[in-house]
Amino acid sequence: MRRSWLFAAAALAGTLLTLPAAADFTGGKVRIGVLNDQSSLYADITGQGSVVAARMAVEDWGGKVKGVPIEVVFADHQNKPDVGSNIARQWYDTEGVDAIVDVPTSSVALAINEITREKNKVFLVSGAATSDLTGPKCSPNTVHWTYDTWALANGTGSAIVQTGGDSWFFLTADYAFGHALERDTEAVVLKSGGKVLGKVRHPLNTPDFSSYLLQAQASRAKIIGLANAGGDTINSIKQAAEFGIVAGGQNLAGLLVFITDVHGLGLQTAQGLILTESFYWDLNDSTRAWSKRFAERMNGRMPTMVHAGVYAAVLHYLKALDALGSDADGRAVVAKMKEMPTDDPLFGKGEIRVDGRKLHPMYLFEVKKPAESKGPWDYYKLKATIPADKAFRPLAEGNCPLVK
Amino acid sequence: MAARSEPAPIAVAVPSDVLRHQKLGIVLLAALLLVAPFVFYPVFVMKVLCFALFACAFNLLIGYVGLLSFGHAAFFGTASYAAGHAAKVWGLPFELAVPFATLCSAGLGLVFGWLAIRRQGIYFAMITLALAQMLYFFYLQAPFTGGEDGIQAIPRGKLFGILDLSNDLVIYWVVAAIFMGGFLLIYRTIHSPFGQVLKAIRENEARAISLGYDTDRYKLVAFTLSAALSGLAGGTKAIVFQLASLTDVHWTMSGEVVLMALVGGLGTVFGPVLGAAVIVSLQNYLAGLGHWVTIVQGLIFVACVLAFRRGIVGELAHLLKKPL
Repeated sequence: MRRSWLFAAAALAGTLLTLPAAADFTGGKVRIGVLNDQSSLYADITGQGSVVAARMAVEDWGGKVKGVPIEVVFADHQNKPDVGSNIARQWYDTEGVDAIVDVPTSSVALAINEITREKNKVFLVSGAATSDLTGPKCSPNTVHWTYDTWALANGTGSAIVQTGGDSWFFLTADYAFGHALERDTEAVVLKSGGKVLGKVRHPLNTPDFSSYLLQAQASRAKIIGLANAGGDTINSIKQAAEFGIVAGGQNLAGLLVFITDVHGLGLQTAQGLILTESFYWDLNDSTRAWSKRFAERMNGRMPTMVHAGVYAAVLHYLKALDALGSDADGRAVVAKMKEMPTDDPLFGKGEIRVDGRKLHPMYLFEVKKPAESKGPWDYYKLKATIPADKAFRPLAEGNCPLVK
Repeated sequence: MAARSEPAPIAVAVPSDVLRHQKLGIVLLAALLLVAPFVFYPVFVMKVLCFALFACAFNLLIGYVGLLSFGHAAFFGTASYAAGHAAKVWGLPFELAVPFATLCSAGLGLVFGWLAIRRQGIYFAMITLALAQMLYFFYLQAPFTGGEDGIQAIPRGKLFGILDLSNDLVIYWVVAAIFMGGFLLIYRTIHSPFGQVLKAIRENEARAISLGYDTDRYKLVAFTLSAALSGLAGGTKAIVFQLASLTDVHWTMSGEVVLMALVGGLGTVFGPVLGAAVIVSLQNYLAGLGHWVTIVQGLIFVACVLAFRRGIVGELAHLLKKPL
């Protein structure tokens, strides 16, 4: 009996002694994995730019947390959830990665979200759009930084109605993502007092939008909402320009358009397009300074909001590690990130909500006419700023189990 | 089938020393399976095994019946959705979800096969591709598949209520057993009198018919068996990776399995296994190259067709003058 007491005491002492060691950095370094599309349709929006942004955050922080070196690795998930989840498991299980960053393509992000929860690591989302990550699928290991479908629908929908675009026609990609985007935007438009004159569904990756665009033109709606993404958006904008839709007085509203898309389209084609983003390089002095540094490393390419989000998220993650002195418990790190207010040169002051949603303002932009643009990458004029408390879905409406 | 008035398949006497090599190969394969999880990352090996079983099932059709199906992703993907839905929504355990998925694919195989075996060659390939594409668009729209997002966070659960499959090593042994079971079933089928008739159909269908065999029935059974085993692979993969997505039903998956069988060696017993290992390793270790992976795959395909048309194992068998 007495011996067992002794044992228990020794065991307790042992645990107490090992505690400081456990509250340490796993593998003797902090390893951040940037997982995104390096080669396909999202490579310009995320890709190497996100790797550069993560490295810049590490350098700006000083390269070390509490004397422990920080390393950035990256891989290409090819937009396939099985490839992505395979890499994530391997990174967490055998390669000592502590946090995965970026991850565009909602299906891949949702898969990584679950694996990160299971392995108790940290997931910093910048590239993925789905608002489910802070909704029904929310996780104590995930922070969703840059934007989400709700914020885009809300920003573009309500701001456009308020600035006079009160009749809408939707051009929707016929799959789950398109339907969700259309549904969310339609709700916002109706709530803001606008009306929806009609909608048309087009198959995914269709090369010919002529019949859909003619329907949109015939509807005489002031705004044609593009509830699609990637190549479909680019094609619909290009073909709309050929039909003279914008010249004829109707405006296109891109629900998921990035500055690199505008760059690819050219101002002649993209002019007049209205879109929502959370970051633009020409917003203020600190975004200009950072973007200049970024562009120097990226052959003159300006950052997208996803790149900015990767930088800011990694910086805040490192801050939390420094405050905590450990990267071993992913849940604790994310809890620390939520506890500390955020402050970075790109998004300003903000906070991370209990459901993992990072709050900051969103901006409504209109693409300039070629004559208005003063130089390369001078593409947007600011139409409206949506304050942080209005930009994202209210906490109670997300159905996140973490919200009691 | 036996009840019909057709000649009993002739039991072809295969010299036992020929089979000895294959038996030795099976023992070697089993030994490899025992060591693999301690050398490689178990989740990676499981991926190889799932695709190896898929490639073997595909090879049963092209290698032994001479039917090139270009729609096998339909069976693989259907099973992964079925297993995912059964495990996640209905809460079925592993031992029920995977057989259910296999049954779904077998049923689908019966329907697809019934339609497709009426044609041969390129027409057969086109019919299977068309049916698979129809199914792909169905899964893209159907609400239970989650569309682009797929079915996520499928629970691995416990096998028979005791073995905790969330442990990578435990599930590895289960997957290894499933693979070995499927592989041995195919091996047995190939060497059975039934398999001999299949080969006869491959070599000369008209002659097989003239001998009195109802070749359509043989082809349909082989097609269904191949679909069921593809389903077994797909269902297992869904549970291992806790994910069922459109990738599994996309036509590129049908292409990948052709490539695996081709690289390893069509119509060889071990070829598809090696082919799957090569292709999955390429995808895994070259992931950092991004788009180059597909280019490398394409180059391998070209090299294979130009330089060693029999595939890796096929060429080896040719050198040794023994079937492998």
